[in-house]
Amino acid sequence: MSDCCEGGTKLIYSCAGSADVGEIADRVVRRLRDEGYAIMTCLAGVGAGLSGFVQSAIGADENITIDGCSTACARKSLERIGVNPKSYILTAMGLEKHETPVTEKVIDEIFEKIINSGGFLAATITTLTNSCCGVQILNKKMNKGD
Amino acid sequence: MKIEILGIGCAKCHKLEEMVRDVVTKEDINAEISKVQDFKKIMSYGVMTTPALVIDGEVKAAGKIPSLEEIKKMFLGK
Repeated sequence: MSDCCEGGTKLIYSCAGSADVGEIADRVVRRLRDEGYAIMTCLAGVGAGLSGFVQSAIGADENITIDGCSTACARKSLERIGVNPKSYILTAMGLEKHETPVTEKVIDEIFEKIINSGGFLAATITTLTNSCCGVQILNKKMNKGD
Repeated sequence: MKIEILGIGCAKCHKLEEMVRDVVTKEDINAEISKVQDFKKIMSYGVMTTPALVIDGEVKAAGKIPSLEEIKKMFLGK
């Protein structure tokens, strides 16, 4: 969850599609979360129209979607609720759907491309540790299954 | 009407509570107001940004403080 006092809330969503590129999108988003670049949340919650997920997206300072392919389910799910996310599409970044092995090497490469793509590094690392409400810290722990 | 204010006690959470109480008093709304500070309970709503305002179980705002007018509309629109 996000910093309520300092702002800069950055939420990130993966399409988590069934294809190889969907799995890679999911793994990359989890890594971005684990390294403190953004707060991961559930695209399914947005798609289901659950008010907490929808309002969190609307209230966030920035929403980021990572889609495996150009179908762009994650981006379009947010657009449906009036939110325009910063969008990354892995097939536009050189991966080929149904032809890309899900390996640590590929995940590393995509992760590096995304964090070096500009505009992504205003990370939430400081707010993760300094949050006045402490919710981000919880988010990190809970997402890791603590 | 059941109103819940979700937040861990930051300045914005206090501000939202003040505003909610103000609207409830001025509009003479029959409401039960509670603060939810438990992390797990907050996250059970799917809320990722606080403060958040919940009316009868539905999250109406998260990550920002709505204006007094918006809050009034949320309450009277029920």
